[in-house]
Order: sequence, then structure tokens, then C-alpha cells
Amino acid sequence: MANIAKGSDGSELVATSDKRLSGKELGTAVVTTDSFENPGLPPHRQRVTDTDPRRLARAARIVAWLFYLSIAGSLFTIFAYMFFPIEDGDTTSLRLSTLYIGLGSAFALLAIGIAAVHWGKAVMADKEGVDERHPVRGTPATRERAIEIFKEADEESGFSRRTVIRNGMIGAFIAFPLPAIALFRGLAPMEVDPNNELKHTFWKEGLRLTRDPTGVAIKASDLTIGSSVHVIPEGLAELPEHEKLDAKAKAAVLLVRLKPEDLNWTSDKRKSWSYDGIVAYSKICTHVGCPVALYEQQTHHLLCPCHQSQFDISNECAVIFGPAARPLPQLPITVDAEGYLVALSDFEEPVGPSFWEREK
Amino acid sequence: MTVTATPPSGGVTGKVSNYLDERTSISGAVKEFGRKIFPDHWSFLLGEVALYSFVIILLSGSFLTFFYQASMATVEYEGSYIPLKGVEMSVAMASTLDISFDLRGGLLLRQIHHWAALLFIAAIGLHMLRIFFTGAFRKPRELNWSIGFVLFLLAMAEGFTGYSLPDDLLSGNGLRIIDGMILGLPVVGTWISFLLFGGEFPGSDIVGRLYTLHILLLPLILLALIVLHLMFVIIHKHTQYPGPGRTENNVVGYPVLPVYAAKAGGFFFLVFGVVVLIAATVTINPIWSYGPYDPSPVSAGTQPDWYIGFADGALRLMPPGLETYWFGYTWSWNIIIPVLVLLVFLALVFAYPFIEAWVTGDKREHHLLDRPRNAPVRTAIGAAGVMFYAVLWAGAASDIIATHFRVTMEGVINTLQILLILGPIFAFMITKRVCLGLQKKDREIALHGFETGRIVRLPGGEFTEVHQQLNDYDRWQLVSFNDNAPIMVRPNERGKITGSMRRRAAWSRFFFEDRIAPVTRTEHKEALEHANH
Repeated sequence: MANIAKGSDGSELVATSDKRLSGKELGTAVVTTDSFENPGLPPHRQRVTDTDPRRLARAARIVAWLFYLSIAGSLFTIFAYMFFPIEDGDTTSLRLSTLYIGLGSAFALLAIGIAAVHWGKAVMADKEGVDERHPVRGTPATRERAIEIFKEADEESGFSRRTVIRNGMIGAFIAFPLPAIALFRGLAPMEVDPNNELKHTFWKEGLRLTRDPTGVAIKASDLTIGSSVHVIPEGLAELPEHEKLDAKAKAAVLLVRLKPEDLNWTSDKRKSWSYDGIVAYSKICTHVGCPVALYEQQTHHLLCPCHQSQFDISNECAVIFGPAARPLPQLPITVDAEGYLVALSDFEEPVGPSFWEREK
Repeated sequence: MTVTATPPSGGVTGKVSNYLDERTSISGAVKEFGRKIFPDHWSFLLGEVALYSFVIILLSGSFLTFFYQASMATVEYEGSYIPLKGVEMSVAMASTLDISFDLRGGLLLRQIHHWAALLFIAAIGLHMLRIFFTGAFRKPRELNWSIGFVLFLLAMAEGFTGYSLPDDLLSGNGLRIIDGMILGLPVVGTWISFLLFGGEFPGSDIVGRLYTLHILLLPLILLALIVLHLMFVIIHKHTQYPGPGRTENNVVGYPVLPVYAAKAGGFFFLVFGVVVLIAATVTINPIWSYGPYDPSPVSAGTQPDWYIGFADGALRLMPPGLETYWFGYTWSWNIIIPVLVLLVFLALVFAYPFIEAWVTGDKREHHLLDRPRNAPVRTAIGAAGVMFYAVLWAGAASDIIATHFRVTMEGVINTLQILLILGPIFAFMITKRVCLGLQKKDREIALHGFETGRIVRLPGGEFTEVHQQLNDYDRWQLVSFNDNAPIMVRPNERGKITGSMRRRAAWSRFFFEDRIAPVTRTEHKEALEHANH
């Protein structure tokens, strides 16, 4: 390939006609004297509206018409606003109101746009112009004067000379925003320790498992094999709305009943947290906290719809796919005297996404 | 407009002009900018689309603030959307529903706002790609690239904060994911999350705080930087594509008054009109079908707005089990790694103009754009970056891809994981070769002309196709590009070869080793002589 020059060829490098450029300023750029010369602007090509007066008149008519049509569009929009009211609870009226107001104003806007652009392209004089560029940097005289001003100011203020003053000022400038950072501590309540909050949930010993969102308690006998129920702790549904959401964000649980022999346990302790094939796992993904809401009955897999982490219920909700790193925490459960499912305790580990002090 | 000294003439216009000029010296600005020349090209409109979308967002957003209430206090919904009647939700959600269902034109304005926001970020992205692939970021415009990059980040931040304001199920899950990501950051994560949400997630502060960011702080910075961005465009004067008559020392185009005022002004209305047309006919973010936020339910196939996709995809493409316990603390690599990957990617985007300037060592001002083919390695790097972004983006839709094309989700994710590494490499190699191929074709045409399709039979019986030489203007397009060659390692004044010199030489080889030089006059003359024999 003769036309691929590998490496730089020193003899090819020559100074350009522009005296300001030295070889050093060029860097890797190659400038040769053997290059073509710019042929200059090509001859001007006339538009059809320049040569044919009838076409010009037509274009001007179209522009004018479009502006008047735009006025009509705006008026139509006002009429649409008045004559297409939204009837209470009627989605068709909402759709029509939105559509007609939208179409009317879109028409008004587009007509202005097309008119103005057409005016510019077809009717206005087609005179291409050329502006000269100047280097972005100031002229040598300006730059010199700027340096001089700095020097004078330095001299007059003693900025360089009086180091004690200068350093004091720099120190003060560094220090003065610090109180603002302290103020930001107030963004969260003072008395609450986040670390502690993240490690406990609403669950405690003896709380019944109730349906989400109704709060109806669940009996072990209500659950058939293969069924799954979204669960909140007893009493959570009665909390004031905001405490409810905060509590639910940690306490939401998925209850599933499998055949007891389908469940594999690593310890008897973990097995004792289940009841006759009924297991309860935190619904909050250990990745970034989405609800792991999709249960695949055939495979006993739980899927998080946000980032596709999958957990295997038959193996203590171990991660089998996706970005999550830890199994879903298991809620220890049993049944009370009346046959209702109750919690044996809170979760034994923090639920939800990992955080820095989790193991502390 | 002429502004005369005393006494004012020219009727009302003259009087008003004189009044203004005597108080503002506006005639100077008119003289300076009124006939300023702007070059013409469709790709220069991308930045305009971004600017105009921003104006549309400001207009529609201001309207929405009159009705939206950024409170997380609970109310029972009593508006006219029947399926949600009586449902407990935040005031933020209820007021958003009221805007949608009980305010005439409210839904339209909400949709204009949302569509314009999507368009804003899309236009910024395409504008950045245009700048990148044509080398418009070169001296003296490196700083304006940096400003534009910050604008891109701010636009995404605006998008995300706005997306979260309705406090619906989908945006609540988005916030939950952000919270989970913040929690996973080492050392400071727990506290940042706690301070951001005013306690535990979701708390009752976040919507109000995001609102302040969304309508005050971020738009203020955005507006200031846009002004700065445009000021630089005026100071630098616009770049232009190479062509006959165009040089590094001129700008060829049309004057602001009247042609650009008409075309650019009209273009604002065109963009506005198209956004309104889309908003009037295509539903966006139907929060009423998601319902209010509740930490327990989530719908399958949850998707963020498109511009957050690449970040979500980075989270999704992490392999399982990446978490360690060191020194008693939890290191969530499944969060830290994607966050670092995104930061490094963005840092590279930010730094590219400075990297290329260092490699080339070219200290000249560049106002003539490069055709992408004439900077093969830069174009290839851009393609690799686009590929990387695209794979992350596709990652955010892994579940949708799986269900739509009836393939396994695991298969999609594993494929994308491999593509994330190999895709950019292939994109780089293929793009570079394509560019070099196109350059060779250009060279060929510049030397020998184009094929006329006319076959002639020579006296000897040989058939040959007649080539016709290009005219001077067309040839200039093909031969007038920036040519670069690798630098040689040279000792400095003290006779030492520095490590920095070696690195620069190595990088310049990476950039310019494969090089197609532009046709020279001598080469062209030789080719002509050869053809005439």
C-alpha cells in the first residue's frame, strides 16, 4: 500500500506560509507545500425563486398564508379549551380536550415555524457572506496590558509581599463554608442512628403474619402447596401512613408453601424457622432494595423485576443469578395456639441492600 | 435598523430605537452581531434542538409549578379518576393526578414537559456526538466541551429529579434503587442515604427536597452554563465544514439578520410544534396506571426513562456474588464496580479533548471540522464509546428483550456481559478500517476521477471505462483534510528522552500509524500524465 505512509517523514515537514506557526505548534500535524490550493468559493447558484418571479410571488403568498393560518390555529385552541370541557370521570372527554387543545396549538406553532423558515430560505435575499476570524487570544498589546494591570494591582495591594495577610485570607476562605457543611447534618433527625435503624424491622416475637394490604391474619391451613402470599406484620396496616411506608419498606415478606421435602436446609436451626413447608422470606432485594415480587411456582425461584436477581427458595433463597450478592433473609415463623402463623423473632440479619456498617 | 443622533427620525421605530440606544447603547450590539455570519449545516441544528427543548421545558414547567404540590403528606384521592378514588396517596401524587384529570390542558402540559425533557437529553447526546465525530472540540473549544458535558450531567439530574416528583409506584422504585446504590457506597453511603431522605427510606422529605433541586438549584446552574456555552460560541465563532472557499481564517454562511433570525426563530416554533403534537397524541408516564408508591408491589418490566438506562444497565450486568467483608465492613462490589465504571466512562468523555490535544501536540486553532473518516482513530474511539453505552443501555432492557424475542433472560444478560467487553473492541476495529477504506476511496477518486459508466474499446481491442476528473471544487473536498503522522521520540534540550515523550510517541503511533495522506499536487499531476498515456 504505497499511499499509507508509516511513521513521520521529517523531510515532508515544512514550514507553512503562515509565519505564526512554528514546527513545534504543529505537533503531529503534517503540512506540506505540495498540497492543493483552495479554489475559493464556488460560483453562486441561484434559487428558483431568484430566477422565476412567479415562483417568488407564490412562495411569498405561502408564507403570508401560513402566518394567518397560525392565527386560526391559536383561535381554534381557545375554542377547544372552551367547548371541550373535561367531564368528571369521563376519560373520553379528557382525551378529546387534550387532543384538540394540543392539535390546535401544534398547528399554530408549526405554521409559524414553517412560514418563518420558508421566508428565510425562499424569499429573503440569498446572500452568502464571509466573516473573518481572528485568533481567540487577545492582541499582544492587550495581553501585555493585562499582565501590567495584575502587576500594578499586586504592587499596590502587596498581595505577594504581605504573605501573612494573604495566607490568612486563604485560610479564612477555606474555613468560612465549613459551618454550612455542619448545617447539612440537620437534613436527618439528630437522635436517630441510621445504622441501628437499618438493622431492625417491625417484626418481633409473636406478631401474626397478615395479608398485604388488608392486614387479615393468615392461618397455616389457609395455604395450599405452591401458593404465595404477600405479607406484612400485624399492626403495620394501622400505622399512620408515613410510618407505615417506612416500616413496610423493611418488613415486607413473601410467604410460600412448598412440599417440606423440596426444602433443603443447611442447619436444623434454619429448618426450625419454617413450618410444615411454609417459609417466609424478606421481599426486599439484597441488591438495591426492589421488592422481589415475582414467584415462579414450578422452579421455586424468586425473581427481582428491577435487576433480574434470582433466588432459590428451596435452597434458603440463595442467589442463583443476577447482581445480588446475598440470599434473602429468612423470617423465623411458627404457628400459635389458634393455628395462625406468627413470627418467632425479628430477622436475624439486616434486610435489604448492603450497607457499610452491616456487619458491625 | 438605523439609529440616528438627534433629532430622531424614521417614525415610531426610529424614536423607540433612539430611546433605547440612548439608555442602553444597543446600537453597538446590533452593529456587532446583526450581520454576524453563521455557517449552515443540518447537524448544527442538534444543539439548537437542545436549547429550544430547554425553553419549552421552562415554559411548561413554570405552568406545572402553579398546580403541583411537593408534599408527601397523605390524602385520600378525591379527584375524577375513578379507579383511584378513595385511595390513600401523597399530596404530590394527588396534585399530579389533578393536573392530569381535572385541569383543562393540564395533561397536555405535563406531557409536553416530559416529552421535551426526553428530547432535551436526546438532543444534547446527539449534539455531543456531532461535536465529537467532527473534532469540533479541538482548540480553542476544549473548555466549551467541558461546559457542555456538565450540561449533559445536569440535564440527566433534572430528568431524574423531575421523574421522581409524582411519587408514583414507578418513580418510588427508582428512588429505592438510588437509595440502594447510595447505601452500597463505602464509608459514607449509609449517612448520605440517611441525610438525603431525612431518615429512613422513603421518609416524608425526599419529594420536597427533589422539588427544590428540580425547579430552583439545577435550572439556575443549567441556565447560567447555557449562557456561558453560547457566549463561547459567539467568542469562538461557529465551526464550519471544510469546503471550497472555507478556511481556518473565515466563516462562510448567512447573516443573523435577517436569514438566521428567520430560520433559527422558525426552527424554535417547529421544535415546539412537534413536541406539542407528540404530547397531544402519545401518552407518556401514565402514573394513574401505576398507582401511588408502596414499597411492596412492583410491576414486571420496570424501566427507567431512557437516559438513565445506561446506569441501570451497568447495575444489571454485574455477575453475582460480588460482595466482601473486609476489616469488619461490607464492600458491595456489585454497586462500587458499576459506579466506578460509569464514572470512568464519563471521565473519559469529559477528558477526551485534552487527551487528544496532548497526543497531537497541535497548538493551532481549528475552526474547520474534520469529516469523521479523516480522523479514523478518533472516529473508531467514538464508535467504541457508543457501543459501550449502547450495550449498557440494552442491559437496562434485558427483561423486555427476553420477553419480546422469546429468549432466556440469562442468555440475554450473559450475551450483553460479553458484548460489553468485546463490542467496543470490534466497533473500534471495524470503524477504523471503514474510515481508512473510505479515505482510500476518496484518494482514488481525487487522483483518477470518477467512473462515468462509459465503456470504450481501444484500437488494440481492450475495453476500458472512461474516468472523468473532478472539478476543482469537488476535488478540494477530498484533498483538504488535516493530516497527522506519529511523532518520533526525540531527546529534549538537555539530551534526555523523557518518559512523557515516550508515552506521547506511543500514543501518537496508536492514533496515526495507519495513515492515508491527502493527495498532493505532484501526485495528481503524475496521475494525470499516466492517464493520458
